[in-house]
Amino acid sequence: MKLAIFSDIHSNLEALQACLLHAQSQSVTQFAFVGDLVGYGADPVACLEIVVDLLQQGAFAVQGNHDAAAVSGLCETMEINARESIYWTRAQLGQAERQLLQNLPLFKQHEDMYFVHACAETPEQWTYITGPRQAGRCMQATQARLIFSGHIHQPTLYYKTQSGRAYPQVFYPTPGVALPLLTSRQWLAIVGSAGQPRDGNPAASYAICDRTLNTLTYFRVPYDHAKTAQKILAAGLPPRLAQRLERGY
Amino acid sequence: MQADQLPQVGSEIDGFRLLEKIHEGGMAVIYRVSKAGVELPLIMKIPKLGFGNHPACYVGFEVEQMIMEKLSGPHVPMFFAKGDMAEQPYLVMEYIAGPSLHDYLERSAASIGQIVQWGKALADALHDLHRQNVVHLDLKPANVLFRPDGTAVIIDFGLAHHAHLPDLIEEDFHKPVGTSAYISPEQILSIRCDPRSDLFALGVILYQLACSHLPFGNPVSISGFRRRLYLDPTPPRAINPTVPPWLQEIILHCLEVRSENRYASAAQIAFDLAHSAQVTLTARAFRLKSAGLLTIMQRWYRSWFATVKSCPELSQHLSSAPHILVALDIPRADERLLQAMRELVRRAVAADAHCRITCCTVEAPSILTEEDQTRELANSLHTQHLIAMRHWAQPLSLSSEIIRFHVLEANNTADALLNFARTHHVDQIIIGARGSSALRRILGSVSTKVAAEARCNVTVVHVPQAQEN
Repeated sequence: MKLAIFSDIHSNLEALQACLLHAQSQSVTQFAFVGDLVGYGADPVACLEIVVDLLQQGAFAVQGNHDAAAVSGLCETMEINARESIYWTRAQLGQAERQLLQNLPLFKQHEDMYFVHACAETPEQWTYITGPRQAGRCMQATQARLIFSGHIHQPTLYYKTQSGRAYPQVFYPTPGVALPLLTSRQWLAIVGSAGQPRDGNPAASYAICDRTLNTLTYFRVPYDHAKTAQKILAAGLPPRLAQRLERGY
Repeated sequence: MQADQLPQVGSEIDGFRLLEKIHEGGMAVIYRVSKAGVELPLIMKIPKLGFGNHPACYVGFEVEQMIMEKLSGPHVPMFFAKGDMAEQPYLVMEYIAGPSLHDYLERSAASIGQIVQWGKALADALHDLHRQNVVHLDLKPANVLFRPDGTAVIIDFGLAHHAHLPDLIEEDFHKPVGTSAYISPEQILSIRCDPRSDLFALGVILYQLACSHLPFGNPVSISGFRRRLYLDPTPPRAINPTVPPWLQEIILHCLEVRSENRYASAAQIAFDLAHSAQVTLTARAFRLKSAGLLTIMQRWYRSWFATVKSCPELSQHLSSAPHILVALDIPRADERLLQAMRELVRRAVAADAHCRITCCTVEAPSILTEEDQTRELANSLHTQHLIAMRHWAQPLSLSSEIIRFHVLEANNTADALLNFARTHHVDQIIIGARGSSALRRILGSVSTKVAAEARCNVTVVHVPQAQEN
């Protein structure tokens, strides 16, 4: 059985569609969304429609900081472009969409897997996992062998033994290479962003976990980012949010 | 699995019947096994994971399982199956009977011919491994086996590094790991991703074959390990005067302290071993003493500040050291075509500083007779080809380390070029297109056949044509 994990779609319909098409070609049968379905992009409603369909078929989804902000609360601490896009998103969402985002859990555990948007230690604080130290804290917070998260828009893999070093090792995966998820180790997979990659590569990022072979493969999927950028500009969202898609920063 | 709970001969694990125990080491036990419907002779390696065993065997076994699964080709044992670490860990692979290079070393002193043969076989195997993104990092005579046809097979990937997989060794050990006699200077500095570390180990093996003696001994302490960062080994010719200068050149080139001063790829070593007359002899070839005290002290001082640059991406490193074959047919070629080919070589050298160029001309074999006159004539033809090729290359002003010249004797030009490309790990062939002629239409051109059948890139060069009206 193959499970596709998506993170940080950020209302990018073209990227989501391209990734789903790719996942289909890889015979994926199950899906997980680890937060930030909305924010930044111009297609929140269309993206949520797709996700709702998949949720009804048994997909997992957890809440991200942008999803939470799009529903309620103050977002004064957010960066200016992010904040503007949240205000815009709030105006687009109907009752049903708001309900959906509101009801998303902060984390979800299934078998030996743990899905969370940011750090498992304190999911509601949206801590960025920027290095082995934070990754170590996140991994210590759960007994789950496989943790899938997002939030930082960069595909990264952390791994450690129970008795090994205090801090896990960091690994930057090569797209398309199946990595064996050895059972003797705990793994924290940050799957990268589907809708707004920030590692200099504009292609959408996601990962597939093969539950039968116990492997994880990261993928990069090119999509029509020019079209996405046009929609963002046409919606009157901050131009920077359109520009960054072209070069992935 | 506890050491005292090893499976019994005759029992069965996941459909594999244990036939006999063929080896029991400190870290693992190896059985001959068979499986219904499988012809290939197989072995099963089972780690000893009991109390008191070194954690290295646990991690090493996981690494080997992970990497063996990704490898293929004649230079590694064929991977067959693996058992989960949590239940019954094992690794089933093709049985290679050997002998090993270690067996050869124990028998008697090797002749120069044997050193060349084994060294080239090993360099070929290493290049294949590096092309598959793996650095072995524990190369030693016991880990090199030979198939009956002389092909070298590299075994034991417990300390290896795969460029595209998480490095589990790095995770678990703070100290350098490897076999002390063969470990490279950068491994001592905990760098685990440089393919040239294996070239250093190959140099140690060649040294050992040539001198019956290890260049750096078998140190046990970290300070003993570090000694190779500043002390160079006694030159082979000072120990064994029958070692030719070209072999000393190759060995000491492999043993350079800084990896960037070594050969850029194992393929280059294989080529030099196969064509000893073409090895460029530098001061290394004639050295008869180790460096003086002053030099050693300088190196010792610098060794404490040795920082290693970030690791080269393995595949990128290899592609920056391509072997380019230029097929020349000077007597029959158009001057403009020769110029266009030269221009292409110039650009190739500018793009990849570590590249090697081999210029080749194919001539029909001379009919062997005892008559001196005929042989002389053939020799002079051979020489003329070499002179013509050197003249062609002269405007490029390339050092003899980069460019080599060859005359191949064969009836079929295309087959000779294809065969040379296959044997010498050629990455690109540059060949001229023959102008349109009646003969070409009937016989087909050499370049067409080469382009169709080569297993590497082929660039067919055309004479720039004026645009037709």
